[in-house]
Amino acid sequence: MLSIKNLSVKLEEEDKQILKGVDLEIEAGKVHAIMGPNGSGKSTLSYVLSGKDGYEVTDGSAYLEGEDVLEMEPEERAAAGLFLAFQYPVEIPGVGNMTFLRTAVNAQRKARGEEEMSAADFLKAIRAKAKELKVDADMLKRPVNVGFSGGEKKRNEILQMAMLEPKMCILDETDSGLDVDAMKLVAEGVNALRSEGRGFLVITHYQRLLDHIKPDVVHIMADGKIVKTGGPDLALEVEHNGYAGILSEVA
Amino acid sequence: MAEAALQQTATDARLASLTLPTGGWSEAARADALSRVKSMGLPHRRDEYWKYTRPDTLTQADVISAAVFDEGTPIFNDIDSLKIVFVDGVFDEAASDDLSLEGVSIERLATSLADIHWARDLYGVLETRGQTPVQRPLATLNTAFATDGVLLHVTGKVSKPINLQYQHKSECSDAFLHHVIRVDAGAEVTLLEAGPAAARFNKVMEVDIADTGVFHHVRAQGRDHERRAATHIFARLGQESTFKSFTLTKNGVMTRNECVIELTGDDAIAHVAGACVGDGDFHHDDTVFITHDAVNCESRQVFKKVLRNGATGVFQGKILVKPGAQKTDGYQISQSLLLDDDSQFLAKPELEIYADDVACSHGSTSGAIDETALFYLRSRGVPQDQATDLLTLAFLAEAVDEIEDEELRTEIVDRLSGWLERHRN
Repeated sequence: MLSIKNLSVKLEEEDKQILKGVDLEIEAGKVHAIMGPNGSGKSTLSYVLSGKDGYEVTDGSAYLEGEDVLEMEPEERAAAGLFLAFQYPVEIPGVGNMTFLRTAVNAQRKARGEEEMSAADFLKAIRAKAKELKVDADMLKRPVNVGFSGGEKKRNEILQMAMLEPKMCILDETDSGLDVDAMKLVAEGVNALRSEGRGFLVITHYQRLLDHIKPDVVHIMADGKIVKTGGPDLALEVEHNGYAGILSEVA
Repeated sequence: MAEAALQQTATDARLASLTLPTGGWSEAARADALSRVKSMGLPHRRDEYWKYTRPDTLTQADVISAAVFDEGTPIFNDIDSLKIVFVDGVFDEAASDDLSLEGVSIERLATSLADIHWARDLYGVLETRGQTPVQRPLATLNTAFATDGVLLHVTGKVSKPINLQYQHKSECSDAFLHHVIRVDAGAEVTLLEAGPAAARFNKVMEVDIADTGVFHHVRAQGRDHERRAATHIFARLGQESTFKSFTLTKNGVMTRNECVIELTGDDAIAHVAGACVGDGDFHHDDTVFITHDAVNCESRQVFKKVLRNGATGVFQGKILVKPGAQKTDGYQISQSLLLDDDSQFLAKPELEIYADDVACSHGSTSGAIDETALFYLRSRGVPQDQATDLLTLAFLAEAVDEIEDEELRTEIVDRLSGWLERHRN
């Protein structure tokens, strides 16, 4: 599904190498988790994959189902099936949440040469999905993320994911700022989307999110590289020994 | 000395190029206006009040030509309304509806020639009141030379809007229109204005709203790019009355919209808002002066400008709170969205307050598209152009939302969306 080879990235503005050769192979139907200490490059990886400005790829490649992701505009990546759930979802005053979602769904469909979704079909679909994620009618009417609590923002991200039905989902610290109940709700939303054709990359500091979204593979990232890969047990090891223990082990 | 002499020459030339209408109830007001404009002189480039906008093309004797632009179906055309059509400032009877509607008497300035008329108490009267503390000679020029306009006496709740539809069909037209509106106690009306009135036009509207009267005004100044406009609104508000005015401006090489409002009765509400979008050779000036002269009144000024390719936006907005005008709630915001480095926004917000128990705020900003929001939208698959349009409309929303009527608001948003789609990189 997503094939990343030797991905090396530096900040455009300053001469600072953030990613130093990341190799990652995510298969359809699998959930991969990346864990790592602050500043290890986890979020940078998610931004580079989704096409945010300010980064320069110095080496390596990233392919989504054989398509060169790094050559595409952010909207093209989205239409190709890539989705990033933001760590800090952006507030957009003046743009209604519903308008935003419908514009996004139809823009992607148009880009793929598919028929646009009718207003009635869209309304039906979003109502059903919003209900599952406990996103109320008011949240749909309000401007995108404006005045939303931390939990509401994250649920709104998952709602977008559910409506856009991407092939490859990247979740950037979706657990940050969530209490236990909110995290469970978000995790349930994600689990409902798990399917054979869809890959997941879950970025997190803590093991607790992975109690709810059970990963198939766990990677540890440090200083811009994947330093260790293992099964779900690896996450437990982090929980018990901290990153320091694992990093000294691989050093 | 040289400057004063130049101004005198320019004013004389302009006055010599015009013919003073005679006869009827307005004759005295016109004669008075002529002598006032002679002593004031027309605005010139050294006037402080014209620091950011060059008045020369609005004052010069020679008419400047403006290519005729066919914008297709005029805005508000499909709204159930009473249509009054002016072509290059000349009333078009065949295209207009019958001028009768319950709750309002509708006459034309050009044909109401009686010696005694209710409009005599207002014509040039509110304009004269609006000359202090700042002079507005172009409005006085209009009072002297206006050739036509509508006289609306609103006596009840009028069931549908009155729609003044302006068409610019002659390349060298130069129009003076002067509307007078009196809203009686408890009466309510919505006035729409659509389109450019001429190649160059000078428009004045005087509105007197009695206690508890309600006046809604929504205008769109057309898509015609080469036209030049100087407009003035003078409004006087009685107790518990409401005045709400919104202006949409798309294109236009020169626009100066002045709005002068006097809150004279307690608990009155005045909202004035504007959204303008300009690309390239575009100069748009909103000049607002609101005087609070009563207790517990509310005023709002909300102006948003989207500028690109070297377009210029100007805002001069003032709130004057007179002694004794306690519990005043005054709000003023003027903002520009600059879509490139070549465009500019010049703002002069002013507060002058002589009462001690008031809440007045003002803010003015210039900014670019929010890159973080743009990336967020694009990451969801919305192409850059469309995402920029969405954010631009969101920026304009605070001004557009000042329009209470949903149908009218939707028409304005549709026109703005169309403009943004046509003006992309």
